[in-house]
Amino acid sequence: MADGAAQMTGLRFEQVVLSLGEVRLMALDCTIGPGEVLTVMGPSGSGKSTLLAAITGTLEPAFAMTGRIRLDGRDLAGLPTEARQIGLLFQDEYLFPHLSVAANLAFGLKPGLKGRAARRARIEAALAEVGLAGFADRDPATLSGGQRARVALQRMLLSEPRALLLDEAFSKLDTGLRAQVRELVFETARHRALPVLQVTHDHSDAEAAGGETVCL
Amino acid sequence: MRAAASTIAPARRARRARFLPWAPLLTLGVMLGPVLAGLLGTLAPALGYMPALGGIGVSVAPFEQLFAWPGLPRAVALSLGVGLAATAVSLVIVVLICAGWAGTRTFGMIERLLSPLLSVPHAAAAFGLAFLIAPSGWIVRGLSPWGTGWEQPPDLLILQDPAGLSLIFGLVTKEVPFLLLMTLAALSQARPAQSLRMAQALGYARVTGWLKTVFPLVYRQIRLPVYAVLAFSMSVVDVAIILGPNTPPTLAVQVVRWMNDPDLALRFQAAAGAVLQLGLVVAGLGLWRLMEMTVAGLGRRWIASGARGHRDVDQGIRRLALALGATAAVAVIAGLAGQVVWSFAGMWQFPDLLPDGFTLRNWARHGPRLAGPMAETLIIAATATGLALLLTLACLEAEHRYGLRPATRALWLLYLPLIVPQVAFLAGFQTLSISAGVAGGRLAVTLAHLVFVLPYVFLALADPWRAWDRRQDIIARALGAGPDRVLWAVRLPMLLRPVLTAAAVGFAVSVGQYLPTLLVGAGRVPTLTTEAVALASGGDRRVIGVYALAQMAAAFAPFALAVLLPRLMWRNRKGLLNG
Repeated sequence: MADGAAQMTGLRFEQVVLSLGEVRLMALDCTIGPGEVLTVMGPSGSGKSTLLAAITGTLEPAFAMTGRIRLDGRDLAGLPTEARQIGLLFQDEYLFPHLSVAANLAFGLKPGLKGRAARRARIEAALAEVGLAGFADRDPATLSGGQRARVALQRMLLSEPRALLLDEAFSKLDTGLRAQVRELVFETARHRALPVLQVTHDHSDAEAAGGETVCL
Repeated sequence: MRAAASTIAPARRARRARFLPWAPLLTLGVMLGPVLAGLLGTLAPALGYMPALGGIGVSVAPFEQLFAWPGLPRAVALSLGVGLAATAVSLVIVVLICAGWAGTRTFGMIERLLSPLLSVPHAAAAFGLAFLIAPSGWIVRGLSPWGTGWEQPPDLLILQDPAGLSLIFGLVTKEVPFLLLMTLAALSQARPAQSLRMAQALGYARVTGWLKTVFPLVYRQIRLPVYAVLAFSMSVVDVAIILGPNTPPTLAVQVVRWMNDPDLALRFQAAAGAVLQLGLVVAGLGLWRLMEMTVAGLGRRWIASGARGHRDVDQGIRRLALALGATAAVAVIAGLAGQVVWSFAGMWQFPDLLPDGFTLRNWARHGPRLAGPMAETLIIAATATGLALLLTLACLEAEHRYGLRPATRALWLLYLPLIVPQVAFLAGFQTLSISAGVAGGRLAVTLAHLVFVLPYVFLALADPWRAWDRRQDIIARALGAGPDRVLWAVRLPMLLRPVLTAAAVGFAVSVGQYLPTLLVGAGRVPTLTTEAVALASGGDRRVIGVYALAQMAAAFAPFALAVLLPRLMWRNRKGLLNG
């Protein structure tokens, strides 16, 4: 994990301190380079979810943050969530229940790709990538846990994020599936050179990630 | 490129910010403005000031005239007694049903039986009840002549009895569903199952345990709805015209009679009566508060005594509660069935249980005259509901986007139009429009309806809207969607069912409004409800049946849509179908 002040790529925390009133919850000063993973572990209430909220820009008004968070050199302060280009995966997939699998992916796919056929083809390809060819018109509620996780991953990737946040993303999957989905996610992140920050309370997640681990 | 994007984004936010942050204030203004202005407009003529009618000084003459009316003490006593009795009986029934049955399969059945009754307009329910209990009604017919020996309808004053008993009965049948639904909402937050299990493990009988552990928490939550029920029952007009006593009637009915009297001088007296009605409701609420404190004191002593309750008594109470709840439901349903039968009835003599034949003649004769009031009803209800929905959604969305916290005081403000007696501020509303020279038209009536539609739409939508998982929003935003796209493409479709239900509630409230339509419309905006109530004194059951049924249909159709539309739209979306 490189620490050069000049480094412009990756997700960079510059003397970030999060506090709730007078209580200092956590401090972070490091850079997650492209394709690298930082794992944050800690019991509930230790400020993990506060850190994620600070990165996505959804911090509750009661919390305060000092320092800067930069993504590929750009200061995230003041940017609304939708402009931050940060991909999110929660333990629940939050597939939109009123949209088909394809429409869920289309929601994520950037509007820059024009033309109904081109968009459809891109979505079919994304599904085929994760072994879900032919699932386009399915109701998300009829998918298995592993299938939902893969759809959520592809939906997120189609939005072309520049960094990836995993919030206990694998904790609802059973052991076998968990290793499989986890490998897919980390492999994809490495392949696309995305900096990854994962929050978990499971040591196997940290080991699988392979990167540095911060314990709160 | 990125620099350009970041300068555009704040500009877009600023444009959007124009309306949304003002939505809560605008909503309060739309809802409370007419109430406050109306109250002032009532107070002025009550003190003799009404230039349009030559009153320019300040005097107590209107009150002197009011107090000189010989029927006053009786009218006041009636209003107070009917209000307190109807509220107490409704509350006791609801509490005992919940204490005895909450969490059981029977309770689900009671809930499903009573909930649709909420949408029945008060007037339609009252007409139905009137036909059930009248001397020539279904109950007497069922018992005659074999049980009673009556070949003619007996000369009994059951309907519009001087003590107001049939009025209380009519109010109870409508307030039980309302309070039950409010209690259900409160119960979902009070974790009643755990408390009850714990109490039962300590040896408490079910009803006793529920009353001691769950009720104190629940009552705190339903206090405002109870106050609204009390204020409504004390000052209701349409139900009181149909079921209440006549000589004298309740105070609110008398005030409306004075207001509609061709002798304009009576307007002063009417205003004074409206002010008295307001004072009466305040006094009634104070009295109720005293009773609350007394019951709370006794309850605390009862809880401290450790009495476990007796199983047999407990079982008795459970059955009684079930019987009372069922009576309320069956009375309304049978009453409506009676309207259906009457509207299709040919020759129907006493004491026959059913008419000799069924015919479409009544509908053919009165149907064409329904068209005007029906269209008026639907236009007003759709406009008022649409505006209420827009304001409510804007308020809730502003709350979500700007992280506003709904204050407890805001809830009080929401209930204010439901607690201030209608007659007290609508009288002023009418006076103001007369002095302003504005003829009461459809727009004025719609705005008056909005005052009552808004609180119900807001109450119906706020909980499901706020309960929506916020992470769904964060996910959608992280995928690059702005707040507007999240609202239209994610949140509204996902919350389609509660949004439609709230709209249906608002629609039904508007359809059922009698007094605002009559007073603000100055009698020139005929809706199904005003026409139906106007027919009450005529006593032609066939016409009444036709109108009551049309009114009922107008109120109920949106509920049917609210159930069917999401089923149809989401028929392939399992995630949205259950629940």
